[in-house]
Amino acid sequence: MAKKPTAKKVAAKKKPVAKKTVAKKKVAHKKAATSSIRSAAKTAPKRSVARSGNPSAKVLLAMHLKMIRIRKFEENAGRLMEDGKVPGALHLYVGQEAVAAGVMQHLSNEDWITSTHRGHGHLVAKGGEFNPMFAELFGRSTGYCGGKGGSMHISNMDLGMLGANGIVGGGVPIAMGAAFANKFHKNKNVAVAFFGDGASNEGSVHEAANMAALYKLPCIFLCENNGYGEYTPQANHQAIVDVADRASGYGMPGVICDGMDVMSVYEAAGEAIDRARAGGGPTLLECKTYRYYDHVGIRGMGLNYRTDEEVAEWKKKDAIASFEKRLIQLGVLTQKKIDTLYASIEEDIAVAIKYATDSPFPLPEELLKNVYNEEGA
Amino acid sequence: MSEAAKPAVRKLPYVLAINEGIREVLREQKDAFLAGEDVAEAGSVYGYCGGLLEEFGSERVIDTPISEKGIMGLGVGASATGCRPIIDLMFMDFIGECMDEVANQMAKMRFMFGGKATLPVTVLTMGGAGGGMAAQHSQSLEAWLAHLPGLKVVMPSDAYDAKGMIIAACRDNNPVFVVLNKASLAMSMEVPEGAYEVPIGEACIRRQGTNLTIVALGRMVHEAMAAAEMLKEKGIDAEVIDARSVQPFDTETVVKSIKKTHRALIVHEAVKFGGIGGEISAQIQELAFDYLDAPVMRVGAPFSPVPFSPALEKIYIPNADSIVAKVTETLAL
Repeated sequence: MAKKPTAKKVAAKKKPVAKKTVAKKKVAHKKAATSSIRSAAKTAPKRSVARSGNPSAKVLLAMHLKMIRIRKFEENAGRLMEDGKVPGALHLYVGQEAVAAGVMQHLSNEDWITSTHRGHGHLVAKGGEFNPMFAELFGRSTGYCGGKGGSMHISNMDLGMLGANGIVGGGVPIAMGAAFANKFHKNKNVAVAFFGDGASNEGSVHEAANMAALYKLPCIFLCENNGYGEYTPQANHQAIVDVADRASGYGMPGVICDGMDVMSVYEAAGEAIDRARAGGGPTLLECKTYRYYDHVGIRGMGLNYRTDEEVAEWKKKDAIASFEKRLIQLGVLTQKKIDTLYASIEEDIAVAIKYATDSPFPLPEELLKNVYNEEGA
Repeated sequence: MSEAAKPAVRKLPYVLAINEGIREVLREQKDAFLAGEDVAEAGSVYGYCGGLLEEFGSERVIDTPISEKGIMGLGVGASATGCRPIIDLMFMDFIGECMDEVANQMAKMRFMFGGKATLPVTVLTMGGAGGGMAAQHSQSLEAWLAHLPGLKVVMPSDAYDAKGMIIAACRDNNPVFVVLNKASLAMSMEVPEGAYEVPIGEACIRRQGTNLTIVALGRMVHEAMAAAEMLKEKGIDAEVIDARSVQPFDTETVVKSIKKTHRALIVHEAVKFGGIGGEISAQIQELAFDYLDAPVMRVGAPFSPVPFSPALEKIYIPNADSIVAKVTETLAL
């Protein structure tokens, strides 16, 4: 006998709160991949009115600052890696700044996020400081993880950042678990799971999304669709154009926003986060965005997988440049003020790089520490 | 008479001891919850979660979808953020479905975060063959887990230990796997009421002996005890050590025993090749080589998947006879 339909199922059928934009054409194959991403970005909803009135100048400035702090951090980190000064592999966030800034503007330190291998931007936007971040990338004892995590595992529990993650899709079930803990403790905090279009094909994402919807957890599945899973274009790794299409299969709203427009992200993320805080359950929010740099590093491995023209086309939509133009028009910022901000950030970064390079490496006895927690319950 | 008023010794089967262990934890820890497939409404396929939903409610005893990645991720995320989850992984064989969450997330998060994360999560899981459950529901994979720095792994051999180790695991501030054994579920013994701990990392000498030390894991402890009785008739006085904890492993107790007996045999239900017995054997030879009068012996399952046919399964699982045969062969008795 079929089970009685539950409230969950009814909720699943409700129309998503934000308008969903589905790419018109069903572009299934390789050549059309990038153009479909472009068209999706172009047609993503752009609304001039924010959910609760226009955001204050303070909010606009805060998001701008987050974005430029990320970009400068990443430009410098990438340079240091390619100069051989930072060990290992860095996956840089340049191009996607609007997503981290627009989402994190709604979160406090009490809200959790899980990040990806491309995680520096999320941490900067969550309040990460340059000194311990650079120190971590340099593998120094003064880093956020004492040098034991590095770029791919950088984290800060006090800021609510449950780690970058070296495993694609690895953070998503963890965010679901953090959202469960929020609900268990009956607080109003949320958990945001960042993942990419590539990770959207991982079973871990699917299982976590199903459970979050089932338990109505305050969890936001934040897909940064940058059009590539490593070096493979989206059309070669999935037969859909919009990852948000999968939301209905989980019984949660699926929303698409323009990940190159911080206001679009701010608005869509705000709605999803508000709904989660109010007990309305999870949302799958897809931000159409683009990675300016290579999968690893800036120039990376020089693999021939996308054209310079495509990169140039996306850079025309640069989230920071367009937002600055808008802020100047609104009279919130002046070019002079912007220049001062950049100079000040560059200065902070220079200080942080010096701090990191002057910091000691972890001592050998650190190796076996914190494998276990030695304290009892 | 006062004698008559005295309560009889309370015997409890392994399955109910597990239930009591979980129950004590849920009573004492407000942040603890139990989640897994069929643990709430159905009370677990083994029956050890019976009555828990009724006592603690659906917010703390939670049925999950059949989604091991999700369930284990729930354990990782919720434990890192203030809960003390008890995660039920119905069959140990299902660990392949969630090995990333176990190996790359749960085991490493604290270390990768420079000690800033604490994961007080306990995973209950069921290993072992003997029930005709075939190759995907009968394995003993404790060596997979013990190889991962950051995890603790215990294998209670009897009801008393099952209850005490579940409580100890849940009070521990680390991820702990409690590997239970399905062929032991009906085995009864005296189990105290109330909460008590069987400390993690301490082996237990189950039988004193002078000529041979048998180190046994999980249910094999009972086979080793039976073998010891059989060996007695051959003039061998075997000491039997229940390892109880695989990670951390109580090397000290084992080495001390071998310095006394000068002979060692390790028995586990897992496949011999790459099993934990190889590690124990190596430790013995590193630390007590000069005391050994014979090669360190191992008894484990042959190098094949667990067979279905009862005829094959019977010869697949190590038992008292195969232990005795190994001792007889090696010591040329």
